Amino acid sequence: MSSTSTTAAGRAAVPGRLAAPAPGTRILRSGNRPGEAVVRVLLRLAAFLSVAITVGIVLSLLGPALDFFSEVSVVEFLTGTRWTPRFADASYGVLPLVTATAWTTLIAIAVAVPFGLGSAIYLSEYAPDRVRRILKPVLELLAGVPTVVFGYFALTWFAPTVLQRFLSLEVGPFSILSAGAVMGVMIIPTVASLSEDAMSAVPNALRQGSAALGANRMQTSLRVVFPAAFSGIVAAIVLGISRAVGETMIVTIAGGQLVQMVSSPLQQGATMTTFIANAALGDSRVGSLEYNTLFAVGLLLFFLTLIVNLVAIQLVRRFRQEY
Amino acid sequence: MTTEPTVHDAIEMELVQKHASRPEVPETPTPVIQVEDVSVFYDDYQAVRDVTLDIGHNEITALIGPSGCGKSTILRSLNRMNDLIRGARVTGAIRYWGQDMYEPGVDPIEVRRRIGMVFQKPNPFPKSIYDNIAYGPRVTGMKVDDMDAHVERALTRAALWDEVKDKLKQSAYGLSGGQQQRLCIARTIAVEPDVILMDEPCASLDPIATLRIEELMAELRDLYTIVIVTHNMQQAARVADRTAFFTAAIDPQTGERHGELVEFDKTTTIFERPADPRTEGYISGRFG
Amino acid sequence: MALYTPQAAAADARRTVLTTSGRSRERTPRSLVFVVLLWFSLLVAFATLVALLVHTLVDGLPRLDGRLFSEYPSSRPEEAGARPAVLGSLWVIGTTAVLAVPLGVAAAVHLEEFADRDKWWNRLIEVNISNLSAVPAIIYGMLALGSLALLGVTQKNIVVGGAVALGMLILPVIIISTREALRAVPRELRDGSLAVGASDLQTTWRITLPAALPGIATGTILALSRALGEAAPLLLLGGLVFLSFDPNGLLSQFTTMPIQIFSWTSQPQAEFHTLAAAASILLMGILLLMNGTAIYIRNRSQKRW
Repeated sequence: MSSTSTTAAGRAAVPGRLAAPAPGTRILRSGNRPGEAVVRVLLRLAAFLSVAITVGIVLSLLGPALDFFSEVSVVEFLTGTRWTPRFADASYGVLPLVTATAWTTLIAIAVAVPFGLGSAIYLSEYAPDRVRRILKPVLELLAGVPTVVFGYFALTWFAPTVLQRFLSLEVGPFSILSAGAVMGVMIIPTVASLSEDAMSAVPNALRQGSAALGANRMQTSLRVVFPAAFSGIVAAIVLGISRAVGETMIVTIAGGQLVQMVSSPLQQGATMTTFIANAALGDSRVGSLEYNTLFAVGLLLFFLTLIVNLVAIQLVRRFRQEY
Repeated sequence: MTTEPTVHDAIEMELVQKHASRPEVPETPTPVIQVEDVSVFYDDYQAVRDVTLDIGHNEITALIGPSGCGKSTILRSLNRMNDLIRGARVTGAIRYWGQDMYEPGVDPIEVRRRIGMVFQKPNPFPKSIYDNIAYGPRVTGMKVDDMDAHVERALTRAALWDEVKDKLKQSAYGLSGGQQQRLCIARTIAVEPDVILMDEPCASLDPIATLRIEELMAELRDLYTIVIVTHNMQQAARVADRTAFFTAAIDPQTGERHGELVEFDKTTTIFERPADPRTEGYISGRFG
Repeated sequence: MALYTPQAAAADARRTVLTTSGRSRERTPRSLVFVVLLWFSLLVAFATLVALLVHTLVDGLPRLDGRLFSEYPSSRPEEAGARPAVLGSLWVIGTTAVLAVPLGVAAAVHLEEFADRDKWWNRLIEVNISNLSAVPAIIYGMLALGSLALLGVTQKNIVVGGAVALGMLILPVIIISTREALRAVPRELRDGSLAVGASDLQTTWRITLPAALPGIATGTILALSRALGEAAPLLLLGGLVFLSFDPNGLLSQFTTMPIQIFSWTSQPQAEFHTLAAAASILLMGILLLMNGTAIYIRNRSQKRW
């Protein structure tokens, strides 16, 4: 493998090396891989499927819902306070369902926000690494409990033992309070882990700056970290709201079936999702008004959560941009 | 305190002797790659402007210069790795054996098969040593009669065979940094490229591993054309036949920094009698 | 012995001031109350978890026996079992995995490896996926119900219908976690593959996907465990039925474990609640096993490069 000659031709004689081509040869060919083009198209189709699902959701809800609104006016639907679709003098005011949903959501958020944020501040600002590594999986465990089991728990333990026996409240086995409170605990991991992410993303320089001014840990957490992570924390809360609005099994099992304008959390009440789940149990014929009613409520639920989600996505994006 | 020769010194000595005994570098290179008036843009920002140089056949060409002078950018445009960066655009012409590698219809994958690349940080695949080497021939559909022999040949050329022949089936992550980098060179050799581009291949290695790679480059020069980007001027002086000195200049009108080629010549000329005062300043500031 | 100079004394005094004030500022009554409140927040979550587990175990353990697997639902609690529900869950989740995992991974590969993020339609897909991941589960049931009605299928309670609903539910979850796993694969590995002349699809298939496999597996298992615990969408597909036979195919009628739990919880007799608890233990045991596997894979594969 001597290299006595430095011309291209001379070196080309060395075994294993590519010969220098004759002048004017075009070595580089064009790429032509039809199989890969097909695969790329398939991958793209898979990605577009998500859009198709969204369109499918809107269309499948919209069709029957439009049939519904051809018989019942939108104003009556949105402002009526009597929901009696199965009665002879049927009335389609959705407000009783909406108030029940609003109450359960409110109670769930009242539970999940303080305890979720408290957990998040502890995990992000106080807990040593080792403790955090144990606590976080346990929180994930709580998030992994199926909602039917939470429903069973609310009905068979929380209502009789905590609400009736410990707190001596005047509640029946079914109540907005019982469903909402257990749902709140279910949402704690959502709020905690998302807001912990937001707080952990706050640069350490801010904490050190605050400590250098003589602030203690509590002051740093509340006056520096919390405001800096605010939009992320709000996003966590908003996602929690969206989960509470859409949650079905807990409220269906523990919230009661009675459709009424809810004025106290001690009452029972059917939420929008309770109504949908119950209506699905009955065998309503496709195309009947009863069937269409289901989709009208579903469409309302979809839009409510959609608005909430869009707000959350915007907030998350903003907090990601901050650092 | 002791002045006993170390392994490092021994290898360095050997390298210097080898370097001294190599044939005279011709005045003008036989070009494998011709870079003609090349500018590289990232979106609207011109990172390097108007570079013209010829990469000589079976020579080692070093690209040196301060950080941000665009030497890595030029290197990555020589095998169209820049295509992968969004917004990157090359103007001018880069010819490979006379054919413009950026002309429409040229497959960048074909370009990269002929012009391989070794990176700053060793990047073996999370596979066995054997599969790391066999990967290139397999994906490019090379006709290899005996893959075992092919793998052995590539590892031998990269001066790694003796160290790994008993653990070919083990993960490449078990190797030291210097061995990993030689594995990456072997991986590149295995597809039988024409040119090997090396982007600061020793930046993350210790001095002894660095010298091993340099020694390897000196041996590979007989088989391949090598282009190396380096921060280390001794390295350029030790291994390169030709050296291109880049620098970053501020455009007086726009105030933007652009990389540009200052001087390109035989390594001996660049280091001993540079024509441009900027080259001399850089060399003497860091070297003398 | 060094002389105790006035300067040293002053420095000492300053140090004392610093340490005492530092300690007292961390231990003001208000900040102690604050820490106690934080502990209490965590306690609420953990106490509920413990109460839930203990209550369910105490209630259900006596009935967690062979009958649960061998018997069919019955109006007499002592004879009732969850055999069709267990088999139905297996059928539905298996089908869900077959439908959703390849689609989700393919979509994630497109978005992460090939899509041009400057194109509005790719941004639309991204926003859309984050939105879908927060759509209430029950809406997916309505989508499946509406689609079956559009297709003119009169039997809405079929395994494949349930799998489609759950598959659409977890598709965004799989896409999001697969993208994260792909993003964690270092750029250098892809560059190394491209530099030896591999095409970008070869690089994805032979380098990037294998390297991301542990992350993808973790995300997929978590997504499937979510589907396994979900009841609401299947209620809409008539999942609440008394089956006296084993589900045995894609077009078979089905019920699942969460729905069986719901059904038993809705009965007034306490014996059925015991059955619900027993089935809950079984369901949570399976979920724990799945989550444990996912966490094990995640921990074992951390930091390989």
